[in-house]
Amino acid sequence: MEKVHFYHALKVVEDACIGCTHCMNVCPTAAIRVKDGVANINKNACVDCGECLKSCPVNAIIVEQDDFTQIFNYKQRVALLPTVLLGQFPDDISEQEVYSVIHDLGFTHVYEVDETVGFLVDATKSYMHKHHQERPFISSFCPAIVRLIQVKFPALVDHIIHLKPVIDISALFYRKKLQDEGYAEDEIGIFYVTPCAAKIAAVKSPVGEEKSLINGVINMDFIYNKVLLSIKQNKPEKREIVLDKHMSRRSIGWTLTNGEASQYSGRCLAIDEIHNVIEVLEKLENEEITDVDFLELRACDHSCAGGVLATENRFLAIERLRKRAAWYHKNKPIILPEKEIENYREYLLDNISINEVEPRSILSLDSDMMVAMKKMKKINRIMKVLPQIDCGACGAPRCQALAQDVVQGKAKMTQCVFLQKMLTKENLISPQESFDISEATWGKSRFEKKKLNGH
Amino acid sequence: MDFTFNIEGGNFSKAGTASSEVKKILKQLNVNSKIIKRTVVSLYEAEVNVVAHAFEGVMNVDIQPDKITVLIEDKGPGIPDIDQAMVEGYSTATPQVREMGFGAGMGLPNIKRNSDLFKISSQVDVGTKLEIVNYLNSI
Repeated sequence: MEKVHFYHALKVVEDACIGCTHCMNVCPTAAIRVKDGVANINKNACVDCGECLKSCPVNAIIVEQDDFTQIFNYKQRVALLPTVLLGQFPDDISEQEVYSVIHDLGFTHVYEVDETVGFLVDATKSYMHKHHQERPFISSFCPAIVRLIQVKFPALVDHIIHLKPVIDISALFYRKKLQDEGYAEDEIGIFYVTPCAAKIAAVKSPVGEEKSLINGVINMDFIYNKVLLSIKQNKPEKREIVLDKHMSRRSIGWTLTNGEASQYSGRCLAIDEIHNVIEVLEKLENEEITDVDFLELRACDHSCAGGVLATENRFLAIERLRKRAAWYHKNKPIILPEKEIENYREYLLDNISINEVEPRSILSLDSDMMVAMKKMKKINRIMKVLPQIDCGACGAPRCQALAQDVVQGKAKMTQCVFLQKMLTKENLISPQESFDISEATWGKSRFEKKKLNGH
Repeated sequence: MDFTFNIEGGNFSKAGTASSEVKKILKQLNVNSKIIKRTVVSLYEAEVNVVAHAFEGVMNVDIQPDKITVLIEDKGPGIPDIDQAMVEGYSTATPQVREMGFGAGMGLPNIKRNSDLFKISSQVDVGTKLEIVNYLNSI
């Protein structure tokens, strides 16, 4: 299990990282350790939720993105926009302006991901009807949550709805449509503008799908800056973009909290923010919560409006999206893609399923239960001598995590500063040895003498 | 390996703490997730029973490579008619307990369904003793 590596979009910039432990303490899967003064992310435990990035005081955790110029490797360049993108801009920037700048950046087609939501709602309804014995159903919408369930709640993987999320359905739809218009498969490049790191990871190493339908990912803050810059410098060509579509109220609300849960009958719950989700999953696993039909679970606070690559305050972004939804609801422009998608219904239904979601628990101490038991006994013994104040000064988030690392051969007990002091007092290690251990955790520069007055 | 947890009667806000702890241990020991689920579901039911009906109780969990044995003993009113308590939907829970979402009956039958071995004995005004065994290679 240790050998398997998953693509992660979250990266630590080692030169910028000051080893402050903020990220280590907020990581919901305890995937981060500080070694040599720098945060290290355990690739098997990371679920790409982005909590570390949000907590970093020096922007040392970044979301790696594809080089933008790669879009020009394709003749047909499709931008798939998340609906939250339009919520990032102030009211005086119109939908047409945003679309027009994105065209100017080099895209031949600009679509919104959630245009195919109506189709997915229908498909999900019949899926839930057909597989009613697998109730409660957990949405496959948020890739961070799918990964969280794989690593922390392996008993619940079968409850995840085995249907592609809307982003993949839109990619399927627009790719097929362009192919039918006469373009070859390799001429079509589909690029997703992402509000979060998890969606990138899902594109690069999809769960339950052989290969991704999306060619590349562009960070939403990159597009946000390009659009604003272009508008401020009055650059958009005066092109008339005709809005020939109707984003229904449910499409616009889909990525916001309760966007999915409001669409289905029965007892549906919408839960956002990863710690809230963990709390509910614990209860679900114990069957403390029963009689739930559908669970919409999202890793970010206020769902995608709270994504790590969102720039606008999430409450203001949501307000703008609600206004937009109300406008569409009132004015009802022509519903072009909704009619068009009807012609592709059969094709999409044939391709909408995903394979099994494999559990890959990070919790087990060893695959051999006898060995795991020995390790657990050892951990319990170590816990008796650790101070249990979870100070993090050993480079692990909690005493329990240090004890586990020690048993797994990844750390030494003497990394604990309390033990170091005790051992030094008893003359079991020299002050120099104690110093060397701390230096290995926190790096050399931490212990250099600093001048107080800056001279 | 042996683990002991105390269960406080009447404190519903803490109901489930012991079963959650056991769940964490079983996950660390790489026990099959379906067996963990069965075990934890029955332990949770048993724990809630102690909270709802008894004054106090003790849950003792013994994990061996081939099986998990759980003994839950409580001090309380006891069950006068075990056969009746084993009937689906039968409950003696008070209206207050039901209002909190507990006490829908089915506790004991649900525990039995989720255990490989199920033994219960009770003495009125003394307490109830429940023994559950789940085999680890049953799947």
